[in-house]
Formats: sequence, structure tokens, C-alpha cells
Amino acid sequence: MQEETRKALRRLFSNVSGVLGVVLLGFFVVVALFAPLLAPPKSGRDPYFMPVVTWSADPLPPSREHPFGVAGKRDIFYGVVWGTRTAFRIGILVTLASTAIGLFVGSLAGYFGKILDEILMRVTDIFMAIPFLVAAMVLTTVLGTGLDKVMIALVVFSWMYPARLIRGNILQVKEEQFVLAAKSLGVSDFVIILRHVLPNAIFPVLIQASMRMGSLVITAAALSFLGLGAPQGYADWGALLNYARNWMLGGYGATFKYWYMIAFPGGAMVLFVLAWNLLGDALRDAFDPRLRW
Amino acid sequence: MLYATPSILAFGGDTLMLLEVKNLRVYFRNSEGQELRAVDGISFSVPYGKTVALVGESGCGKSVTALAILRLVEVNGWIAGGEVLFEGKNLLTLSEKEMQGVRGKDIAIIFQEPSAALNPVYTIGDQIIEAILLHQSVSREKARALAEEMLHLVGIPEPRKRLNAYPHELSGGMKQRAMIAMALSCRPKLLIADEPTTALDVTIQAQILTLLRDLQKQIGMAILLITHDLGIVADMADEVVVMYAGKVVERGRKYDIFKHCCHPYTIGLLRSVPRLDVDEESLVSIPGFVPDPLHFPEGCRFRGRCFLEDETCCIEPPEVSLGNGHLVYCHHVVSSGVCYEKR
Amino acid sequence: MRNGEVLLRVENLKKYFPLRAGVFKKVVGWVKAVDGVSFEVFTGETLGVVGESGCGKSTLGMTILRLVEPTDGRIVFAGQDITNLPPARLRLIRKDMQMIFQDPFSSLNPRMTVQAIIEEGLKVHRVVPQSKMREEVEMLLERVGLSRDYIRRFPHEFSGGQRQRISIARAIALRPRLVIADEALSSLDVSVRSQILELLRELKKEYSLTYLFISHDLAVVRQISHRILVMYLGKVVELAPKERFFSRPLHPYSVALISAVPIPDPEARRSRIVLKGDVPSPLQPPSGCRFHTRCPKAQRVCAELEPSLQEIESGHFVACHFPGCVTLEG
Repeated sequence: MQEETRKALRRLFSNVSGVLGVVLLGFFVVVALFAPLLAPPKSGRDPYFMPVVTWSADPLPPSREHPFGVAGKRDIFYGVVWGTRTAFRIGILVTLASTAIGLFVGSLAGYFGKILDEILMRVTDIFMAIPFLVAAMVLTTVLGTGLDKVMIALVVFSWMYPARLIRGNILQVKEEQFVLAAKSLGVSDFVIILRHVLPNAIFPVLIQASMRMGSLVITAAALSFLGLGAPQGYADWGALLNYARNWMLGGYGATFKYWYMIAFPGGAMVLFVLAWNLLGDALRDAFDPRLRW
Repeated sequence: MLYATPSILAFGGDTLMLLEVKNLRVYFRNSEGQELRAVDGISFSVPYGKTVALVGESGCGKSVTALAILRLVEVNGWIAGGEVLFEGKNLLTLSEKEMQGVRGKDIAIIFQEPSAALNPVYTIGDQIIEAILLHQSVSREKARALAEEMLHLVGIPEPRKRLNAYPHELSGGMKQRAMIAMALSCRPKLLIADEPTTALDVTIQAQILTLLRDLQKQIGMAILLITHDLGIVADMADEVVVMYAGKVVERGRKYDIFKHCCHPYTIGLLRSVPRLDVDEESLVSIPGFVPDPLHFPEGCRFRGRCFLEDETCCIEPPEVSLGNGHLVYCHHVVSSGVCYEKR
Repeated sequence: MRNGEVLLRVENLKKYFPLRAGVFKKVVGWVKAVDGVSFEVFTGETLGVVGESGCGKSTLGMTILRLVEPTDGRIVFAGQDITNLPPARLRLIRKDMQMIFQDPFSSLNPRMTVQAIIEEGLKVHRVVPQSKMREEVEMLLERVGLSRDYIRRFPHEFSGGQRQRISIARAIALRPRLVIADEALSSLDVSVRSQILELLRELKKEYSLTYLFISHDLAVVRQISHRILVMYLGKVVELAPKERFFSRPLHPYSVALISAVPIPDPEARRSRIVLKGDVPSPLQPPSGCRFHTRCPKAQRVCAELEPSLQEIESGHFVACHFPGCVTLEG
């Protein structure tokens, strides 16, 4: 496998969009890691809350002191930098949780099939039929607002995608003769799933997960924008955009007067999503089984 | 409807050839950018009205050769050199438009998988009529009648009804018959049959082979039969071309190849086939395995598996003529005098 | 167990696959892949199972191993009825019955090393202590004609023949008593096929194996089998010792099957019986004798009455109303 992985990596890095994705992602990782240096928090306060820097409710344009400007009395630069951590946290935790649930459900359905498959897939269908944003809003009203609640809502309404994908792949891999061979060796079902089926079915799920990572952050931001997500002052790109809600239309005859309120957090978000998508695309190309050997 | 084919015209002692392949090379490039010499300088010819079998194991380049004759090599491959003379004109220098006039009309091809070669969304009739209209200036009604006649000719029962059948409604054997009907609808002079019965059961295979033989007599076409099955070769062929790893190793008349073959590969191949009519105490087999096209050995490509191998084999083997068109490409033919004798 | 004793007995085995259609997946018909098959396999012999695609021979192999569950009938292995054995006990039995699959590319997990593939069964059944595992795997590799250096490699680095050798090593690792080879040579090249055939013959002697050799290739079956069983549309039509089968086949289908195989010898002139028509769909098998639609000697009774498998001579069973009517010397 080492050689195979090496080949795949070589393909990944010989791919322009793959390299771009990795570079962009690396940039965000660096920003997230060095957040305390880039935007030092005031000591003794929770660094994830943006400090209030002015008493005026009016936004302020970028200046030497506040390079991205000020929105809702808070420094946008600080928000964008610490918001990177929030974005990663939401993306990674939600993707991990939903993929884990999806893998579990999908594997059971795909491997054992029959009535279990029927039940699990109908449940999946039901979850997929619910309009996500509405459901998430209902759920957050029930659970209360807050970033953790948003994440729960996201997990609850996104595990179906990996579940479906893994089920389909498992159905395919299950037909392979090496699964029958393992059965005829007397290997138990659990071990067959773990050693023979999942490793051969999981790659598309991982690629899909990487693609979803970006879009999850957008959805979380949408909820924050609607005021359902992060609490007041929390360093989150969506929350920053929320501050721009009243100023979006700009001033009289100056439509783009408050451009910085949208451009910086919005730009960060777009680049973040782009990074994951590019990476996902490149991974798919690199690991495409048709190209592998 | 029969062709007046100059089946064997004596031409200064030589048989007139319908197809002559001279020093054909077909190369491919894989996803890693390496060059594969799938067909590397092969020559053979097909006389009018005869059946020539191109025999070899997987990866020997026999199917690539078939596609190259029709200039249908896949995108990552190209014809790197040689000539393909069909009735004296070089197909490799024709324009694409001229070539389209040759494909299907003068040279038709049938494949191993009839289900892959038939378009599932059109009826059998539509596809045969399409083929006829492409090359013959007849009315649609006439074409339909011709298509029905073809289906009847290939032994499909109730041909009129079957014209309206979709490929999935036919069994594998019937599909192959329909493919043959389509291929022969323009009365080609050469039919290339690429493993035409490999996907079929033995009893169906027997039907199709019998059909091909009968049709050949009726239409007078030549057949280039590509197969790995020596049984089919013994059954069908007039002449045999044995390929190994992109090269021709031996060619000649069927009887010479089966009874007096001289190339160690041909000998090994013939000995290693399990036979239905004899009980064999132990099977002789060729050691090792077919080399992959990236690592073909230098010189004689059979090196490493050959029982006659010595240091001279690092050099490209010479062509040795044994008379009657029996050619062998081996350093050791003359000196060792190895010949395959009847068991 | 001595040679000549019954190792495997299959009684009236049936495997029907439901054919579903519509929104509610209603069963609209049954594909009778194996339909009332009975036979015995004796310790130390090789029973060749031949037939064309769709005759149920592969399903038969899988059903015997209970890789698919039988619909009806009994499977008795080494005196034990395994038809309804619970999964845990079935797993223990599987040590004694192994399978070699047709497709050497699909039968090896592409993400496991050769060592992991071969030792998997050994680990499950704890046959060899962990400390001796590597040695054992290397020994098996060499036994099937591969270098012991291949132990760390992955399946895709091998050719079809080599991969089939790995499959064989995996199957014999557990020292099974019965090996079911399902078209084990079909996907291999001619020159490699005889190597593997020879290997199977050697291993049989060395490990006292019993083979159920399923193949569509009569010539290969002839070279390895002691007895031959012919299937047609889910039924056994003939079962006979090899010599007798090839010299005096009694069922018209067997006769046609033998005559249809091309012989690689331009001087082997034979009369050929070309069957008309196609194999009927196993969904709606013909009435009476299932072969009557293609049989050159079919009479009225053949369409009405299903012939039972009868012992015509000792050890030679045939299911035909007019056995021996068609001969090759025609």
C-alpha cells in the first residue's frame, strides 16, 4: 500500500488544483494555530469572544489599528483570525461525527441488507426529505441557541449523505470474491466488515467528507447569520456577517461604503470552502480506482 | 448476391493477398507516461477468401492489431509505423473520410462482447439498417428487406419479428448472430472476428463457428480470426500467425504450425493445452508467466521462459523460412531442429 | 477417514432465487438455479462438475459451502449435517472446506499484503502459533511456486496466474479436506492454465485433498477428475466415472457437449453435433425433460415426463428417457 499511497500522493501534487487546495488549507491552519500571535487576546478574557473596541455602533473602515475595520463595535480582523478556529472546529467535529454515524448506519444497512437495510434506508430518506435550514432552525429553537447546538443540528441533518454513499459502496464491495473468500475461511462478520469491506469502500466517503467540510461551515454561518448560532460577540465568520445585516445596503449613494464588513469574513469563508473543494477534487482524482494501477 | 472474388489468383507464383500487414507498430502511453510497445513490428498477410488465425495469450497484441488495421486504436495509443495494405492500398495513409468508407464496407469487425457492441437503445433492425444505409445507396424499405435477409442468413428465427427486438431481449448467442448479420450486411471482403465466441457457451460456440464457416463459403470473404483457443484455430483456420509479447514468433499453414511447429513458444503452447480426447499423465507447461508490456525482454521476447535459451537470444531473432510460407523467428530453429511431433 | 468413504453428501439440494418486481418488491417468480441435486463426493477423489453458464454449477458450489443458504435439501459433510448449522459452528467447519474462486483479481483484497491474505484463516482458527506464522506463510508461498520474498507485496503487483497461486495458498493453508474450485482456471492464459492445473494435481496428492472441480471447460475437467457430473438448468443429467463418460456418454446433452469442444489438432476429424437453439431461461424451464427443446432425439414423452436420475451401469447415472441414443460415431 505504501507504494500505492505514494503514487496517489504524487498524482495529488502533480495536480494544480490539488496543490492550490493544500496551500490554501495550510494557510488557514497556520492562521488558526497562530491566532494568539496574530490577534492577541486581552488577558483574562475568553479569547473566542471578540473584545469591544469602540463605543459607537457605526462600523469603521479599515485603519492602521483595525486593518479589516470595525463592525458591531468589534475588530473584524480579530474576528476573522479567531473565527478560523471556529470554522475548523465546526467543520472537523461535525464531519467526524456525521461521518462516523453515517459509516455505522450505512455499513449495517449495506452489509446485512434485507429488512435492516430497508428500515435504515427509509429512516435516511425521511431525514433527507426534511428541508435542512427549517429543521435546523426548529431544532435550535428547541435546544436553544449556541454553537454546540448548531453543531448538533448539523450532525443530525448530515449523517445521511455518508450513510448512503457507504451503503452503495459496500453493496458493490460485498460482491467481490475476496469477501466470499473471507467468509469461507470462517472469518466473522464483524472482522469482514472492518478488514475487507470498509477499507475498500471508505475512500469516496472520505473525499465526500472533505468536500462537505467546506459547505458545513457555510451552513453554520448561515445559521449564525440568522442569529441562531454563535452567541453575541463570539468570533465566528457568520456572526461577523450578522453585524453587517443592517449596513449591507450601504449609505446614500455609496452602495459599497461598508464593503469591508462583508468582504473580509465573506472572503475568508469563500476561500475556506474553496480549499476543501479543491482538495476533495484532487483527492478524488488521485485515488480514482480506475487510474490506480 | 454472391461476390465474384478472385479467391486464389496466381500472380507470378504468389497468392494474391487481400490484406498485407507489414512491420506494423502500435504503441501506447500509460497514465505514468511510459511507452508500451503493444505491437512491435509484425508482418502477416490474409489471402482472399481464406481464414487466418491470429493466436496468442492475453497482452500479446492480437486485439490491438485488429483495431490498428481499422485504425481504431484507442486515444492513448498510436500507430507508430508500418503499412497495412488492403487490396494494395495503404490504409494508414488514407484520409479519415476515406477510411470510414472502408470500415464496415470492405472490412467489418465483430467483437468478443456482442452486448457491448450493440447500442441498447436501438432495435437490432435499426442498427443493421443503419449499417446498410451507411454504405449502400438503397431505399430504407430495401435496407429493411436486406436486414431481414441477413438475420435469416445468420439463423435467427423469425427474422421479421426480431428486427424490432432490442439487444437485451436476445440471448448472448443471438446477439452475436445479430452482430455477424450487421457486420456482413455490406458483404465485406474481410471479416475481423476478435474472440467471437469467448463469451459464449461451448454449444453456442459450436453454432457460431459453424455459421461463420458456412457464411464464408456463401459470401466468399476472408476471415482474420483472433483467438486464444487453439482448438478453434485447428477447426477454422487455413493459416496461423502465432504472436507473443507484441511480436510474431511463428506463422505458416495450419498443418505446419500444428504438426511441425518450431518456435519453442508454439511448441510449449500446443503442449500445454489440456486436450479433451486424451488423458494426460502430466501436463507440460511453459514456466513463468507472460511478461507485462512495460518489461518486455530485449532481443527475443520469449527469453526467460524458453528451454533453448542461451546468450544469443539477447539479439533480435532472425526470420527463418522453412518453406511453404512457414516462418519462424528464433535463433535455434536450424541448429537444434526442434520440431513439434504428433503426440 | 479412508479413501473411498463419503466425504460430502448432497441430498435433493435446491437453491431458488426470488425474482422481485414492482414497488413492493413482490416475488414474481423463482430462478431455480439448483433444483433437486443429489450426489456424493468420496474422500480422495476429484468430482468434476460441468455445464454451461446458467446451469447452476457455481451456485451449487456456493450452496455447499453455505455461502448462500440452500432453499431445501441436505448437505452432509464428513458425517455431519451442516444444512442448518448455526453460524458459530459453521465457521469451525469451514476450516475443512475451502474454495478457490474464478476471478484472481476480485478474490484477493487489494489492501492486504500477501502475508495478511494467507495468514487470515490460520489466525481465525489458531492453527499456527503467532511466532511460527511467518515461517508457515513462506512455506505455503514456496509450495505454490512463489518466492518467499513476495510476502510483503500487494495483490496488484502480480499477474493473474500468480494471484491464483496466492488464492490456492490461502485455500490450502488450513489443510482443508474438501476444496471447491469454481472455474479456478477459466480466467487464466493457456500457458499458465496448465501450470496451475498441475499444481492442483500435486497439492491433491501431497495434502490428500478432495476436489469438487467446477468448470465449463471439459478438457480441463478431463485432466483432473475421477468422476464427472453434468448439469443442465439446475438438474443433474449425468454422473459417471471419467473413462466411461468420455468413451460412452449416455445423455444426449453430454454427447453434444463433448462434441462441441474444439480439439487443437487439425487431424482430429470428428462428427459434430451442433445443438439447435439457446439454453432456455432458468426462470421458465421447459416441462418434462429440461433438455427436450434442444435434444436431437426428443420424443413426445420427453416434453411430458421428467426423467429421473437412474443408475444404468454401476456408478453411471443418467437422467434420460432414451439414454445412449445419440453417439459420437455417427
